[in-house]
Amino acid sequence: MTGSRLTAVDRATIAVPLAWMLALLAVPLVFVALLSVHGVADAIPPIAPLFGRTDGHWTLHATLRAFSLMAGDVLYRAAFVSALINAALTMIGCVAIGFPIALAIAQAPRSRRNGYLFLAVLPFWTSFLLRAYAWIGLIRDSGPINAALMSLGWIDHPVPMLFTPAAVWLVMVYSYLPFFVLPMYAVLEALPAELLAAAADLGARPAYAFRTVTLPLALPGLISGAVLVFIPAVGEYVIPELVGNSSTIMIGGILWDEFFQNRDWPLAAAIAMATFLLLIVPSFLLRRWIGPLGATQR
Amino acid sequence: MNGAAQRPWQNVTLALGFAFLYLPIAWIVLYSFSGYATDGGGRFPSLHWYQALSVDDELLDAAYRSLRLALLSSPIAVVIGTLAGIALGRLERFPGRSVLLALLAVPIFAPEILLGFSFLMLFAGLGAVTGWQEGKGMPTLVIAHATLGAPIVASVVFARVLGRDRALEDAARDLGARPLRVFLTVTLPLAVPAILSGWLLAITLSFDDVVTSSFLAGPETTTLPMAIFSSLRVGVNPEINAIGTLMLIGVALVFTAAFAVVSLGKRAKTRPVG
Repeated sequence: MTGSRLTAVDRATIAVPLAWMLALLAVPLVFVALLSVHGVADAIPPIAPLFGRTDGHWTLHATLRAFSLMAGDVLYRAAFVSALINAALTMIGCVAIGFPIALAIAQAPRSRRNGYLFLAVLPFWTSFLLRAYAWIGLIRDSGPINAALMSLGWIDHPVPMLFTPAAVWLVMVYSYLPFFVLPMYAVLEALPAELLAAAADLGARPAYAFRTVTLPLALPGLISGAVLVFIPAVGEYVIPELVGNSSTIMIGGILWDEFFQNRDWPLAAAIAMATFLLLIVPSFLLRRWIGPLGATQR
Repeated sequence: MNGAAQRPWQNVTLALGFAFLYLPIAWIVLYSFSGYATDGGGRFPSLHWYQALSVDDELLDAAYRSLRLALLSSPIAVVIGTLAGIALGRLERFPGRSVLLALLAVPIFAPEILLGFSFLMLFAGLGAVTGWQEGKGMPTLVIAHATLGAPIVASVVFARVLGRDRALEDAARDLGARPLRVFLTVTLPLAVPAILSGWLLAITLSFDDVVTSSFLAGPETTTLPMAIFSSLRVGVNPEINAIGTLMLIGVALVFTAAFAVVSLGKRAKTRPVG
């Protein structure tokens, strides 16, 4: 576009997605916010009306019940803390495993890079649930890992691995790895080779060149990949539910239980609002590291 | 980066990394051919669980429903996402640009449980206001999955359209093409590879979704991931391995084909033309 005048076609390409996304993402958020100040009632849906009419006057029945419940309960605070810790550990694991993989692919011969990248990404095109399920099969007491360790004589009886916090961490790292590897690879692959060659010519050993050239240049990609892992990981529900135990109940699980088991919709809405704010603030602070639509800035 | 000096640590890293990535996949496939577990027969390569799957109507119905859902929701995601990606990539400033960007970022960042819950609240709220009773079921699933898929399509199309030379569009305009014709014959065709890969992503996303679907599905609209999820709470079931192996084969075929097309296209492009 050279001029600033928008054609009718331009307007349509803007208006259609904007209207759809406003209706389906912004409006529900308003609904959730409103719901969180409702009271509960034995009705369908199980909420008390926000407005009542007594003696010909409209009265507002907004209540902070859900928020005071949430703030007052140790269980909820523990769930928030454990979700944040788990997301941070997942992020660290993804960086520790994903960075070497991304670097190795980026430094492979050009002809092999696409093939390696394809191999690295292919597992993540398969069902996320199936991969979590596979880990259940692998690490359960009668699974192949315990069987192998026993036949080697290293252990006498199966080591309980499934339904532990470590299992949650392992499966989370495995599942979130591509969110880190892809942006990291994109940044590393784009680093000019001349810089490393120049460092080597000036006598820098590979480790020193890595520390002073590669790492500082790769840092924006590293941070944006880490954020892309951390934020969705905070609300993860499925993995802690499948491979964790009662000590790994997190925000996602609490919201799920309040909604499906306890049918306390306002409380679930309050938890959703709290989670949303908890994640929006760091996203906002880190936004300069993350390009539009999660695209990595070069 | 320069790949001239292949160092041993790289090969070790790649070997360990790929072993980690493919170990669970290997288990799914191998275990699907096991003959024992509940059946008692100990023969290893056996099609027992595939036979069990072939008469498991509940699982097959769920699989069919998930496929239908993915094929219904992904085209909507493609339309919304393509328009958004083209608008954002072509037009540097327009009213609502930052709002659109922020909204598209929400499904990429926000935990799915928040999205699923919000969708249900929207549909429940609409139901309370309008008396619409279809709060749970296929229509709401399709709308929700389309909304989750659109930002993925948008980000792929956006990356392709961004920074693209406007010369072709300008030429078409100079030759008298009206805006709609420019859009349909120049802008859109140039984005086709991105649109196709966005479409595949949207299908995968929809076919795999368990959390959002759990909020929105009615009793008659259990999707395959929901069926798998509820069977996982009980334990390992080799029938899931069998259906998983079939899904793996499908995914591998589609993506090997897509990868081959893309690398052939790249090779053709790098060749000097004319």
